[in-house]
Amino acid sequence: MKIVDALLNTNTFSPSELATRYRADFPILDICVNDKSLVYLDNAASSQMPQQVIDRLVRYQTAQHANIHRAVHYLSEVATHEYETARRSLQHFINAREDREIIFTSGTTESINLVMHGYGRKFIQQDDEIILTNLEHHSNIVPWQMLAEEKGARIRVVPINDAGELLIEEYEKLFNSRTRFVAITHVSNALGTINPIKNMIAFAHMKGVPVLVDGAQAAAHIKIDVQDLDCDFYAFSAHKMCGPTGVGILYGKAHLLESMQPFKGGGDMIASVTFEKTTYNTIPYKFEAGTPPIAAAIGFGSAIEYLSKIGMDTIAAYEHELLSYATEQLEGMPGVRIIGNTRTKVAVISFTIEGVHPHDVGTLLNQEGIAVRTGHHCAQPIMQRYNIPATSRASFAFYNTKAEVDALVAGIQSVQKVFS
Amino acid sequence: MNLKSIYQEVILDHNRKPRNYGTLDDANHHALGHNPLCGDRIEVALHLEGEKIDRIAFHGESCAICKASASMMTANVKGKSRAEAETLIKEFREMVVGDLDLEGPHHLGRLAVFAGVRDLPTRVKCAILPWHTLHAALNSVAMASTEATENSAQTATNA
Repeated sequence: MKIVDALLNTNTFSPSELATRYRADFPILDICVNDKSLVYLDNAASSQMPQQVIDRLVRYQTAQHANIHRAVHYLSEVATHEYETARRSLQHFINAREDREIIFTSGTTESINLVMHGYGRKFIQQDDEIILTNLEHHSNIVPWQMLAEEKGARIRVVPINDAGELLIEEYEKLFNSRTRFVAITHVSNALGTINPIKNMIAFAHMKGVPVLVDGAQAAAHIKIDVQDLDCDFYAFSAHKMCGPTGVGILYGKAHLLESMQPFKGGGDMIASVTFEKTTYNTIPYKFEAGTPPIAAAIGFGSAIEYLSKIGMDTIAAYEHELLSYATEQLEGMPGVRIIGNTRTKVAVISFTIEGVHPHDVGTLLNQEGIAVRTGHHCAQPIMQRYNIPATSRASFAFYNTKAEVDALVAGIQSVQKVFS
Repeated sequence: MNLKSIYQEVILDHNRKPRNYGTLDDANHHALGHNPLCGDRIEVALHLEGEKIDRIAFHGESCAICKASASMMTANVKGKSRAEAETLIKEFREMVVGDLDLEGPHHLGRLAVFAGVRDLPTRVKCAILPWHTLHAALNSVAMASTEATENSAQTATNA
């Protein structure tokens, strides 16, 4: 304990000490699975929650809960204050210009659907074109397909190369006079590729086209600055960054959010209602109909504070070191193939083992207490691109250690032994 | 039997050397089974002589549990009547979802090794897919109706 305290009191430490310093904050990492210590490598699906955020949720629920923006009583004022404080934490975390540009949603999927309904249904017409990429998660494909079907619009797709990188020349060639919207992922959930979104956004803006960025896989791993990126919309979820499930945000430039139609109708999103006419509330409330996930939003704010205290640059540096180590280890294993090997990646490794189906890999690794995701990762177009049905995916967080990479390597060897 | 030993002792044997693997030129019943959740896809083809399954084959892309299940299934139902096969389908399905008392009377024999799959909810569909596909094949008319056949197999898989 004293060593930990000593470490905490110094600002100079090697990134490799990061996991050692913060791992103890995560009680769930101490559990055993199939009599083995848990090795949790499914962080791209959902990350774990530190005690600080758990305590924050408990404190809210035990001493601060009431509905927000409603009553004049004490608890309602406290809850409203805490909820709006969380909004400002998110604003500062991504360097948004104003707090009203942060809309709480149920998560990335709802954020994207909000833009599809609020912006897409209002401004996208027949024969218009929407640009997506081959690296999108289904949640940034399906809403746009639904819109395209409804409006008679077209989807255009940016292809990738074998390394899993977007072909930027092809992206630029897709633009024409009918291009109305671009929706791209910041980081591929299946491969870990970090896309050059800043340049892509600049190009789209040169053509007068707004850009939505799906940041679900980026926000926990890379410092996000929406003003520097100049993106029009940016979406991410709390549960992939040490926060609770059921909450996420949509960042949108104020003038765009103001121009959009509401997504859901209900309480809190109105200024006045008569049976003849309803006047909508101002942003962000126009898009927050009904009672929002107050506790989860406050927990999200707490998770943001937790990550900010460590520092996103520090997290990125450590995770990069972990990725390099894991890549080196797995590349050296006969029969193991890494899918997606660009050099600009977050700490995600998608791989296949020769002669073993990914579902068998997942089941047998679970026998060793190792949690990985297997399947198509809700990104079937990527699987089709590589002509494989599925992969196994190890995705790391800053609390993972090199010893856990070693456990993964030993686990893969034991799978290969069973199938030998 | 724990899961690792199921893999080691039974499943891998059938995964490496699947029985009745391939296509059947004179099949008069077949179905394509597809599990959209994991991408497993197998085709079961059989020749029904009256009420008897006198030849059966399968092929496709799948995990070891699915392939072994298909291999052992074809070995078991070959030479059996349609009614006997349907009984096995029912019992196998009940077993992998934990609804069958293996101590009581049943006809599964060696197929009982798949009982351990009931502890792995995410893998139950892998084991059951070949059986759903066989059921679809037995109840489809002939090779002509591939669309309907595929749809019925997919519906069965999702059930």
